[in-house]
Order: sequence, then C-alpha cells, then structure tokens
Amino acid sequence: MTENAPSLAEPNAEAMTALLLLSCDPEGLGGAVLRGNAGPHRDAWVNRFQRTLPRSAIWQRVPAHIGRDRLTGALDVAATLAAGRPVHDPGLLKTARGKVLVLASAERLAIEASALIANAIDDAAGFSVLAFDESVEDDERVPPILAERLAFLIPVDLGAPLDLNHIPETDDARRRLHKVVITQNYISALADLACLLGIQSVRALLFATRAAKVHAAIHERVAVIDEDVEVAARLVLAPRATRLPQAQQSDAAPKQDQSPPQSDGDGKKENADADMHADQLIEAVKAFLPVGLIDALDQTLLTRRAGKSGVKSRSEQTGKTRGRPIGVKRGDPRHGSRLHLVETLRAAAPWQQFRRKTSPPRDGLYVARDDLRVWRFKEKRETTAIFAVDASGSAAFHRMAEAKGAIELLLADCYVRRDQVALIAFRGKGADILLSPTRSLQRAKRALSDLPGGGGTPLSSGIDVALRVADQVKRGGGVPLVVFLTDGRANIARDGTADRVRARADALQAAQSLRLAGVTAMMIDLSENRQGPAEELAHAMAARYLALPHADSARISRVVDNAMKQEGAR
Amino acid sequence: MARFPFSAIAGQDDLKRALILTAVDPMIGGLLAFGDRGTGKSTAVRALAALLPPMKAVKGCPYHCDPASTETLCHMCKTSLSLKSETIAIPVVDLPLGATEDRVIGALNLERALATGEKSFEPGLLANANRGYLYVDEVNLLEDHIVDLLLDVAASGENVVEREGLSIRHPARFVLIGSGNPEEGELRPQLLDRFGLSVDVRTPDDAKIWVEIVKRRMAFESDPQGFTQLWSAEDDKIRKAIISAQKKLAQVKLSDSVMEQAAALCIHLKTDGLRGQLTLTRAARALAALDGKRDVTLAHLKEMASLALRHRLRRNPLDETGSGTRIARALLDVFGP
Repeated sequence: MTENAPSLAEPNAEAMTALLLLSCDPEGLGGAVLRGNAGPHRDAWVNRFQRTLPRSAIWQRVPAHIGRDRLTGALDVAATLAAGRPVHDPGLLKTARGKVLVLASAERLAIEASALIANAIDDAAGFSVLAFDESVEDDERVPPILAERLAFLIPVDLGAPLDLNHIPETDDARRRLHKVVITQNYISALADLACLLGIQSVRALLFATRAAKVHAAIHERVAVIDEDVEVAARLVLAPRATRLPQAQQSDAAPKQDQSPPQSDGDGKKENADADMHADQLIEAVKAFLPVGLIDALDQTLLTRRAGKSGVKSRSEQTGKTRGRPIGVKRGDPRHGSRLHLVETLRAAAPWQQFRRKTSPPRDGLYVARDDLRVWRFKEKRETTAIFAVDASGSAAFHRMAEAKGAIELLLADCYVRRDQVALIAFRGKGADILLSPTRSLQRAKRALSDLPGGGGTPLSSGIDVALRVADQVKRGGGVPLVVFLTDGRANIARDGTADRVRARADALQAAQSLRLAGVTAMMIDLSENRQGPAEELAHAMAARYLALPHADSARISRVVDNAMKQEGAR
Repeated sequence: MARFPFSAIAGQDDLKRALILTAVDPMIGGLLAFGDRGTGKSTAVRALAALLPPMKAVKGCPYHCDPASTETLCHMCKTSLSLKSETIAIPVVDLPLGATEDRVIGALNLERALATGEKSFEPGLLANANRGYLYVDEVNLLEDHIVDLLLDVAASGENVVEREGLSIRHPARFVLIGSGNPEEGELRPQLLDRFGLSVDVRTPDDAKIWVEIVKRRMAFESDPQGFTQLWSAEDDKIRKAIISAQKKLAQVKLSDSVMEQAAALCIHLKTDGLRGQLTLTRAARALAALDGKRDVTLAHLKEMASLALRHRLRRNPLDETGSGTRIARALLDVFGP
C-alpha cells in the first residue's frame, strides 16, 4: 500500500539524499528545483546544503526580474559616466564559475533569462542552480527550459523537519567520483524505465546515470549497485514521469532487455549480478511518482500537462526594455530602461564649455544626470481569445460540429496573427479549463479533439471560469476576448444542482459580473430557433450577439477576427 | 573548451545529414530543427562548427569578406588597396533570445564614443555571422521585431544600419539555423518559409540509442580531449565528404525532367510560392554531390521531399495528419510506388 501514500517522513528522506548528492557534485548534476513556500523546511535544507558544499562555493542570488545586461554583461553606464572612461560589467554568468546561483521565485523568471542561464549551463559554465519554485497554481512553473537542466525536483514543505545532523562529509566522495563505474545493464534499465514513464528528454537519463554514480561514491563504492540505481531513478526519473508504466508495457520491458545480451554478451557475463530490469526499478519508484499522476491518467492527462508547461505568455514580460523603440525621454537608465546615447550626448553638448569652467578638470565629457535620455518602447498588447464552449447534451448534439468548425477557423487566424487562445468547456456539473492561454497550435488541436460532450448545462460556472481566465490575462498585461458558444439554456445552478430557475438566475448574475469586470465578450447562439435565453445573456454581459443558424463558421470567424483586431489596437 | 564531436552524436541521422547538406550548399537556405527537448539539437549545431572546413577571409575585416569575390566585399575592403587574406574557421554565431536590436545589427561603439568622442560602428551578430552560420536556439520565442529584422536581412543578404547617426551597410549572408520546441509556441509562417530545410527531431524511441548517448556523454565528460581524439577520424571523414561535395556541386547535372518532377510534386502539395521547389532541387543536387553522383535523380528528389517541403504545406490547424505523412502520400500519388 505504499503506492498512493508516501508516508510523511519519506519526502524528507528523499530531500536529504538529494542534498547529499547535489553537494557532492553540484556542477555535474546541475542543481535542483525546490518546490514549496519559503519556510523553516526550505531554509533548513538550504543552510545545510551551503554547509555541505566545499568552502569555496559562493552563493549568488539572482532575482526573477534580472535583465539581460546583468546576466551577460554590458557597459556599466553609471560607473562609466562617473569615471569618464568605459567601465564594463562582465555579467553574472561569465563570473559564475564555481558559484551556486539561487533563483528566488524561479517560476516568475522570464523565459528570456531562463534561456540565457540554460545556454550558460550548456556551455559548461561550471555553476549550479537552486531554483525556488513558490508557485501555487499549476500554470505557473519554473520555465521548463531551465528545470530540464537541473537533476532534482525536491518538494521542501512536506514532512517532518529535516534531520540535519546525519549528513556525512562529501569531500572524499568528490575525489572518488570520477573512478566510479556503471555497467551498461544499469544504464539500459534506467533508459527502459525513462521510456516507460514517458520521459522524453535524454538529459533525464544523463542525470540519473550521474546521480547513481555520485550515490555510489558517497557510499564508498567504486562500482554502481542496485541501490544506487534505485535512488537515482526515484530522485531523477520519478518526478519527471508523465505517465504511469502500463501493465502490458512492463511485460514487454524484460523482452527488450533480453536483446542487448546477444549483442554484447561479454559485458553480461562480467556483470552477472548487475542484471537489473526496468520492472524491478518500477517497483522501486512507484511510491515516488508525482502525487496526482495516478488521478491524471484519464483522458485529461494531455490537457493537464499542457497547462503545466510554465511558459509565460509574452505579454507578462513587460518592461522598459522590450518592444519597438518609439522615442526618447529623459530618465535614469538604472531603473531598467536603456540609455539612448546619442540623445544623451546631444543634451550634454551645449553645457560642455560651461561645465569645464565650473567643474574639477577631467578627460572626456561632462555629463550630468539631467542629460540622461532613455529609450521609450511600445509593446504590442497581445490579445487572448478565450473560447467558452457549451459541451452539454443539448448544445453538443445539434451544433457542436459547426461550433468546432468556427473554432478551427479562428484558431488558424489566431495562429497567423500570433494571438493566444484558451479553451474552456462547460458540461455536467461544472466548467474546465481545457487549455490555458497558449500560442501552441498543437495543444489547441489536442484540447479540441479531446473535447468531451453530453450532460447538463452549468452556464454560470462556464461564465465564472471564463471571467477568471480573462482576469489572469488582464493581469498579465494582455487583452482578453471571451467568445461564448452556447444555446443559453442553463439548467445546472452554481452549486451543481439541477434547478432550471436558479441556474438561469445564476447565469444572468455571472454575466453581469463579466460586464462589470469590463471584459469584452461575444455570444454565439447555438440554439436552432432563437428563443431568447442566449440573447438575454448576451445583453446582460454587454456582449455582441450572433446566431449560428444565420452564421456559417466562416462568418463567425470573420466577426470574431474583427473584434480581436479592435481589441488589440486599443 | 572542447565541443562534443559531431560524428559521436548517436541517433538523429536526419538532423545530422540536413546540417551536412547546408554546409555543402549554403544556398539551400538554412535549417529548422523543431522537436522534443533534450534531443541533442543544440549539441549537433554547435558541433558543426568544429566540423566545417576553414575558409579564406580578408585579414582584419569584421565581416570576414571573401578576398576572391569582388562583388560581395564590404565598403572597407572595396576601398582597401591591398587585401591580405587569412584562413579562419567558418563562424557559427549564437543569437541568444535576449539579444537586443543593437546587438544583432550592430550599433555605435559606446566605448569609443564615450572615451574619445569618436563615431564608430561596432559590428553586431549579423556581421559576425557573415559567410557562416547564425544559430537561434528556441527560435519560436524570439521577439517579433528581431524576427522582422532577420527576415529582412536573410532576404537581402545585406545589413543596413541607419541609427544613432550611423549610416552603414555591410554584407550579411549566413545560413540560418533555428531550433525549438513546438509545445512552446509556433513559428510565424513568414519565418518558417525562410528556412530551407526542416527536421522534425524526435526523442529516439529505442532505449539502446539512449544508452549509447549516455555512454558517449560519460566518456566525453571524463576525458574531453581523448574522446574528441577518438572521433576525429570520423569527423575528418565527414569534413572531407563536405569538401569533395562542394567541389562537385557545380558539375552535378539537373535535367529538365527532374525539375519538372519537382514542380509536379510542389503543385500537387500546393506549397506556397516557388521557394519550396527551388529548395527541393537545390537540396537534391547537394545530396547527389554528397553521394558522388553526376546527375540528380528522382531518388534524390524523393529523399529530400520531406526535408524541403514539410514546413511549407498550408496548414489546417486541426488536421492531425503529420506533414511527413502528407508528403509520403503525395510522393505515391505523383510518382507511383
């Protein structure tokens, strides 16, 4: 029964093992994502890690809003002006060798900064990374481009306080590490397991192999044994699993495993005791698969995964440094803006004679703070079309094909215009976000083809969820546009009971709050004869109303398209 | 720092061959490697740098002008009285996601402007990449205005800088290589079209290849020099094949009938524009040269069809059929089994 309920002490033990491995080989293993809120557990882990590392290791904090110039280096404008000669800031990544980069709120790190750090890791810059992931919701995650390059994902707010006193010294292990050998059979077993767990990146396997060797080194072994491989599989592969190993697949695994011995029988004979199968490993890691993975194995798996990817929409990465330059204004380049050199010099030019007389003598220009000019940028605001689709029995039956047709066309348009799309379906007792805002056509495709149908019409829940998503989009700096496709016949109230009257009242109320929130909406009526409920709702939410019987999918697409263009231009 | 050797990359044969073809004929116009994370896309591109045969360039020229070709010289080399040449490695330039416009197209040299008040141009990444490769990892996340810039320069082969009181134009001909993961967003169709070839990079589904990857990686990490040495003969072989194919390329014959076949295929697939057909025949010719053949045949065409055309098909966003399958079907329809 260890399958579903890892005991409270276990994550704790895992976290300690990961700490040990990482402090023994910080650069080889890349680092770790520490998931959980700031608190005594995390602090204890980090403190202990700091003490276990070699003394020379330097701790470098990297804020989530770090700019490109701080990472890769640039001319230090303030220092340059003060000194009257160019002063360079080499950038954090160039000077990171031997350091530990600590990314606080790594889930908020811009994709651009993550990519730069990831590139530096690929170039063997010789540092390791601790990424603190304090995300609450599933759609906020450490950017995968970075998480992918760190060996461990450690939950740190679970379990009892860490037992920090029984950590052995790792200096000897560090010296032993390069002598440790791992047999091909073990690598094969790890590879098979990675395939079974649906892990796509080969990096995971590289890390698992490395972790097994480090574990062996810590336990004063020169060759990797079963235990080392199990620990590595638990710590590196299990958290990356995207599916449970299927029964028939684990049957097939030993068969795959039997073929290598024929090709290199020598290796096999030498390591008769190292004969390990993927199914043996599966047993070892089963209890450590991410919580929720088991529940997620129904049809929603793909869409849930899609939402987790953690890439932020571009509109969130606002700032004073992105977009098209549109002009110049007076300002201080230290606050994240970029200096406009020519305008700055131009502003300083008339004063040179005067300043030369009144200031202490120096070479070069006299530039005062008032002269500084910075670029102004205009960032295109990105529109996100949120489709809220009525997938209930009544709607799905009649008009679903047309609705899907319209969405298809709209998706194609969004794709061309680089807008984002989100998809919400309401049916049965509630509404689900099938697709968080994304620009990926692949995910949209998948979500739409998996669109479930049938059941009652919980219209109010549909509107509520649409409002929530629209709100998120707004907070991220984007412009939401909600497109409802429904017949308007609500029959499930907010609390999930089948009560037509209450359902209708709830839906109207939800529609009004949508209007109060100032979200632009469109209502596409799927009913066969326009009987009013959808139109009434449209009115309540101040939405543009369009009846499908009079509109083929091409026309709907055109109207929504126009609306989006207007929104984007606003 | 030692790079992982090109020939030691296990699996990913399509990607490797496509990269080699872009080296045989840079006119093919670059490569897009789209697919799963952690499949060695970047490793392969970065390894290519060490593999490419060296080239002759004007000594000291920031754009590595070709001393043998007078039309493509930059303004400085054109006015220079005597051009000294040197042998340099073909540049493979990384364009990081966060690169600013200044960094890409070049800008006023801040240092000299501040120190001496002199107005001079500091060449950007486009200058560095002239006659070589420009590599954009995560190309689908590149900012739109940088993409516009790239499109413009890739089309004209020239970088025009009109900013900060500078007025400079210089040659910028490069092979554009992009990689990315479609889960994070699609590429704009205009940019898609700029890439000559495209490879769909998948995680190898054979655990044996995974094991091989890990073994080689471990060997490389424990002794980079020794490992590179071990594979240098293989790398040399590829380098020689590229050089010999480059020499043969001009002699490879492209008959009218093969051109017509290429046209028929493109018409059948309804690819937008002529670029697809042009790339297809160029790629087939490069392949023939690499094979040491004198003529381009239908077999070459068929082999290159997917690489050259898959990203040019007009897409129905909800059609689950992969582009590869559609091309395979079209090949059957047009040319029979």
